[in-house]
Amino acid sequence: MESFVHVVILSMLVTTAIAIVRVKDLFAVTMLAGIYGLLSASFFVLMDAHDVAFTEAAVGAGISTLLILTTLSMTGRFEKASVKPQADYRPLLALALVTVTGALLIYGTQDMPGFGTADAPVQTHVVPRYLNDSATEIGIPNVVASILASYRGYDTFGEVVVIFTAGIGVLAMMMSKASSTPVVQTSLMSDHVVLRIVSKMLIPLIMLFALYVQFHGEYGPGGGFQAGVIFASAFILYAMLFGLTEARKVVNNTLVQLLSALGVLLYGSVGVVAMINGGSFLDYDFLSADPVAGQMLGILLVELGVGITVASVMIIIFFTFTARSQKAGESD
Amino acid sequence: MSIVATYLSWALLVLGGLLCISGSVGLLRFPDFFTRMHAASVTDTLATGMILAGLMLQAPTWIVFGKLIMILVFVLLTGPTAGHALAKAALHSGLTPLLPGKSGVLDVDNKPSGGM
Repeated sequence: MESFVHVVILSMLVTTAIAIVRVKDLFAVTMLAGIYGLLSASFFVLMDAHDVAFTEAAVGAGISTLLILTTLSMTGRFEKASVKPQADYRPLLALALVTVTGALLIYGTQDMPGFGTADAPVQTHVVPRYLNDSATEIGIPNVVASILASYRGYDTFGEVVVIFTAGIGVLAMMMSKASSTPVVQTSLMSDHVVLRIVSKMLIPLIMLFALYVQFHGEYGPGGGFQAGVIFASAFILYAMLFGLTEARKVVNNTLVQLLSALGVLLYGSVGVVAMINGGSFLDYDFLSADPVAGQMLGILLVELGVGITVASVMIIIFFTFTARSQKAGESD
Repeated sequence: MSIVATYLSWALLVLGGLLCISGSVGLLRFPDFFTRMHAASVTDTLATGMILAGLMLQAPTWIVFGKLIMILVFVLLTGPTAGHALAKAALHSGLTPLLPGKSGVLDVDNKPSGGM
């Protein structure tokens, strides 16, 4: 029965992917990409990877769809079909290349151990140690959180820096001096009474849920990445319904930019404090007299840093895109 | 008690599933945008509500029950709002509902601009 569900979801994934390639209406493509994310999340739930599923639902189906829609408001809705094929347009060559590469990749999987067999690297490498010792070494129930924030703290630090860099990149490319002048722009949604009232009721709940996800990540699925995205979505919802000018009164640019750096700084500082106390970088055992208490404290602070950076970078990206598209709308 | 709750829960689950299917059929078969949206909204609120109620009867602890209640409240708040926004956007962009003509019969073949 379960494999039947797998087959159904995977074939729906393939169908969605083909539809994404074929459809020319970019609005529909964005929605299909969101559906793709949701289907992947369902598949991850079936594979018992709840943390990954949660991240995929929040990031893949949620905020990335929203950001692509914001981008679409700046570009056009329809894909430009080239009138005549260009000189270097060789679809058959590309198809042959893709087929050969795919065949080689499938041939390569023949040497890999079968799915779920006992001698697969995932069963023999570092994972058994994580699973066996996490309870005594880290002391939190969710092994995913202990791997993400403690055993693999370096990787997560790298991810946070990547997100921070993305925020800087968007700011460097999209922010111009003119955007600092207040755009006198009443929201397009100003007459949507029902939407505004329901959103006003929902925004506090969304923020509360984000905090729950943030601080419950050590006990169940969740953590800084998901919480940051959910927290940012509350602000984005507010900005969409009440206009960018109103939203900037709540969180101004300087504050968000400072916060995005502060998250990375918090993460790095935890590592440095561990070094000062005599351990190595990001070795939370040395944060407290009791190693397990140190691990708990370290994971809490590190996840908080992740959450702050992710939330502020998402807000930065959305605000910058929206300000830009409003300016583009004025110049038209 | 527990047997009654189990049967009631299964009845709710099956009824919710049937409503989901009927909503999907309506989404595919109804003549214009607004009637289709109506079918989708029924799936959104009634079917989801029934499935959640069926799950609530099987909740092992009160925490699970409370979480399901919160999901229900969230769905009941967002579903109709999304439907409202969708209908408003459709009206705003010039899509008119399909109304019966003088003969009182829906003029399906000669629909104004529906059929997305």
